[in-house]
Amino acid sequence: MTTTPEKVETVTVTIDGIQVEVAKDTLVIRAAEQVGVQIPRFCDHPLLAPVGACRQCLVDVPDAGNGRGFPKPQASCTLPVADGMVVSTQLTSEVADKAQQGVMEFLLINHPLDCPVCDKGGECPLQNQAMSNGQGESRFASSGTGGVKRTFPKPINLSPQVLLDRERCIVCQRCTRFAEEIPGDPFIALIERGAQQQIGIAENAPFLSYFSGNVIQICPVGALTSESYRFRSRPFDLVSSPAVAEHDACGAAIRVDHRRGKVMRRLAGDDPDVNEEWITDKDRFAFAYATEADRIGYPMVREDGELRPASWTEAFAVAARGLATARAAGGVGVLTGGRLTGEDAYAYSKFARVALDTNDIDFRARPHSAEEADFLAAHVVATGPGGGGVTYRDLETATGVVLVGLEPEDEAGTIFLRLRKAVLHAGLPVRSVAPFTTRGLRKLDGTLIATAPGAETAAIAALDVDAGTIVLLGERLATVPGALTAAADLAARTGARLAWVPRRAGDRGAVETGCLPNLLPGGRPVVDAAARVDVATAWGLDRLPETPGRDADAIVAALTAGDLGGVVVAGVDPADTADPAATRAALEAATFVVALDLRASDVTRLADVVFPVAPITDRAGSFVNWEGRVRPFDQIFANPASLPELRILAGIAEELDAPLGFRTVDQVWSEMEQLGAWDGARATAASAAPAEPATAAVQAGDSLALASWKQLVDNGVMQAGDKHYLATARPAVAKVAPALAAALGDTATVTGDRGSVTVPVEAVDDMVEGVVWLPANSTGLGLLTDLASPGSRVTITGGAV
Amino acid sequence: MSEPIKAPVAKGDHEPKTLKEQFWDPVAGFGVTFRTMFKKVVTEQYPFEKPPTAPRFHGRHQLNRWPDGLEKCVGCELCAWACPADAIYVEGASNSDDAENGGERFSPGERYGRVYQINYLRCILCGLCIEACPTRALTMTNEYELADNNRADLIYEKSDLLAPLLPGMEQPPHPMRLGEDEGAYYRNEFRATTTGGDQ
Repeated sequence: MTTTPEKVETVTVTIDGIQVEVAKDTLVIRAAEQVGVQIPRFCDHPLLAPVGACRQCLVDVPDAGNGRGFPKPQASCTLPVADGMVVSTQLTSEVADKAQQGVMEFLLINHPLDCPVCDKGGECPLQNQAMSNGQGESRFASSGTGGVKRTFPKPINLSPQVLLDRERCIVCQRCTRFAEEIPGDPFIALIERGAQQQIGIAENAPFLSYFSGNVIQICPVGALTSESYRFRSRPFDLVSSPAVAEHDACGAAIRVDHRRGKVMRRLAGDDPDVNEEWITDKDRFAFAYATEADRIGYPMVREDGELRPASWTEAFAVAARGLATARAAGGVGVLTGGRLTGEDAYAYSKFARVALDTNDIDFRARPHSAEEADFLAAHVVATGPGGGGVTYRDLETATGVVLVGLEPEDEAGTIFLRLRKAVLHAGLPVRSVAPFTTRGLRKLDGTLIATAPGAETAAIAALDVDAGTIVLLGERLATVPGALTAAADLAARTGARLAWVPRRAGDRGAVETGCLPNLLPGGRPVVDAAARVDVATAWGLDRLPETPGRDADAIVAALTAGDLGGVVVAGVDPADTADPAATRAALEAATFVVALDLRASDVTRLADVVFPVAPITDRAGSFVNWEGRVRPFDQIFANPASLPELRILAGIAEELDAPLGFRTVDQVWSEMEQLGAWDGARATAASAAPAEPATAAVQAGDSLALASWKQLVDNGVMQAGDKHYLATARPAVAKVAPALAAALGDTATVTGDRGSVTVPVEAVDDMVEGVVWLPANSTGLGLLTDLASPGSRVTITGGAV
Repeated sequence: MSEPIKAPVAKGDHEPKTLKEQFWDPVAGFGVTFRTMFKKVVTEQYPFEKPPTAPRFHGRHQLNRWPDGLEKCVGCELCAWACPADAIYVEGASNSDDAENGGERFSPGERYGRVYQINYLRCILCGLCIEACPTRALTMTNEYELADNNRADLIYEKSDLLAPLLPGMEQPPHPMRLGEDEGAYYRNEFRATTTGGDQ
């Protein structure tokens, strides 16, 4: 676990007669690992602080480095090495071996013999180490000789998702230490004393952490289990495949355990550069969406107003015919959503340029702006860990981190954990430009730069940062005119580094592959003739469309106006777009709609041709996370009925007589590698940056500014299907300043230009005056449908309407 | 090989048969036939008469029940793990006493085997699954007639494998009748009051 970086003070110790040089302050248990000696342990975890709770790792220390030994065996997980120390483990010391067997005998006094029905059975450190370092017989009457073990009523719910079997617990405190040290959600603690000591929660305070699933994984016995996975399978008949989480832009490594073509559970993978060994509950539990009943199983074409099943070849032909007509009748737009793999995004990008002859392509299925597209082209695309981009490790060494328009706990859990690690271990100062101190910011010990929504531009301009500071920009800033430009100016002025953190896994990959009206693959600006020639040559074309295309909002408007004949839509939920009603209307108005989606949606119901796409488990591919790091993953299930989108687009393009030149993920990958990133001049953000924003600080009557973002667990379509997981969602509340809360009472109705939402009221002490916060997608169809357009103001009244 | 093999040569080609060979040997041969006519016949009239097997013969499996009819199987899949032929497939599920909310109980304790399949096309009847079973839920009967005219019917489901309900047994799902918890079942505490016919 501990590697020895250069210029680290080292000491020499002798473990089981083998001399080894390790870094100073290394724990004996880690030093032993380096010479290949496995000391049994339960409470020890390389990412948690040492505690020495379980006593299983006792070793004999005949010489502590000062010529004298310890009189009794020592816990090797809390004992740092000293120069000249001599350690004898269970392999060479009878004292250590006897001590370990004695501890194991104690641990097993009350541990039930229910391994056959325990979810951990088969992958259980206690089971394994009882075999390797325990005795077959126990001297305690309660074990096997008719005595009675201590029992508890079982199991109890720590949260709707996490279950606790107290009688299995060996009180190693891995879970309580995790909750306190890693996410900072100390909802679980040790209660009672002696044999009754157990893990417990306070009354009415369940273990509602966004990272609660990790304790299930690190529990060394079967005391913590999940409702979703309970009794569903045993570890020994699962096949484990490494994968990448598809729920956010963090690119967390996960492990998918599956059996007979079904995903049974997901666990955190181990990637020290990205997520270490932790993932969010969304990454862990939200996978049932791919097997919901409304999953599309076959292509469909519309005939006489009704969708009917069709063969793949027929659907390709119908789609191609319709798109050709629409292309002639004004053009076809492409809306790709933010959930595509990099390869699929590249296929869409190429399909738009080659088959549809247009730059009308946009991946942003959310409120966005032209300024954002310029910012992405100028400052984000084609940056990465190798090229000076901000990385997770950089967050730990930064002199400060400023969060703007980003709530990492909700929107990028892996960043949150990395920031918290840096805050605890390196004293990283975190500042957040936000309307109030969120729970996440409090856990980061951060400072609030109180800012009303819409006023971020001025706040960014006024930031005091140095060159070692990292500014993390959320995708929400797209709705604030001038904010991204101000951030770029700030970086240019001070040398601070910027990183753009989108919400969805495919957002960054779509930027890289040119799913934007102003960018071609590899960060090549559309307006740059040399870049166009570069791509056209690689694709074997004479020319590429020359003018930047329409962005998503403009595509919607053009469809409604009839300027565009058709649209290709991939996994876009109209409710996510800036104007859901307009998007739905545009899809109805469009003469020809091709939808590629996993499950039936508002788009597929309106489409003329519907193609089912392969879920993340049925195809290989890669995501690009916010760092710009490519996160490849392999196919897990071979399902001939589900094709990746790039294969579908290739099929349509062939019918259009404009073949894309690939049919498989590997072919796309090698084409992308060949094309590479643009080595010419980067796009520059439009010098005529949007005029200074209409200052949103206007206090118009009693209206409030609306602050909002999506919570980690909410009504998103990719979170459907697991009721236990969804029950862990934080309730939807309206957060307002205390004075206003007192005036409103328990519940309030917030009214905007699109409707109103009634939710409980919660007072937040440092909420900026004149601001109300609501979760973006935890009520009804989401705020953009039910409440207000982006950036508009709302009113609030006490009580329900 | 030291010398080439020569084709066997019939004796008669070289020298004439002796008298014994000519007259006695054919009679002696029929003597075997004649003697056998008075011995006990070893032929088994199999489809018409089915002689009992050895008592420990490894035949078709059976999933046993507790005396109240609850299943002994806890769905632990250890039999599937032990199986060298990968013939067993098990899925577990949770028992529940919360009958009002649709909870059902099939076995004492928390877990039961919701799906239990043995594929007799694969099964080699080795009995390792029986050794692995922690609750003696899985045993083998002496039934050996495991043939069929199609493959699908040779995958035996839980309903095919479960032991029949004996008198006093009740078709699950139902609550535990023989004790407060599964421990009472496993410790045979009910023996004092009932006479079980589970095995």
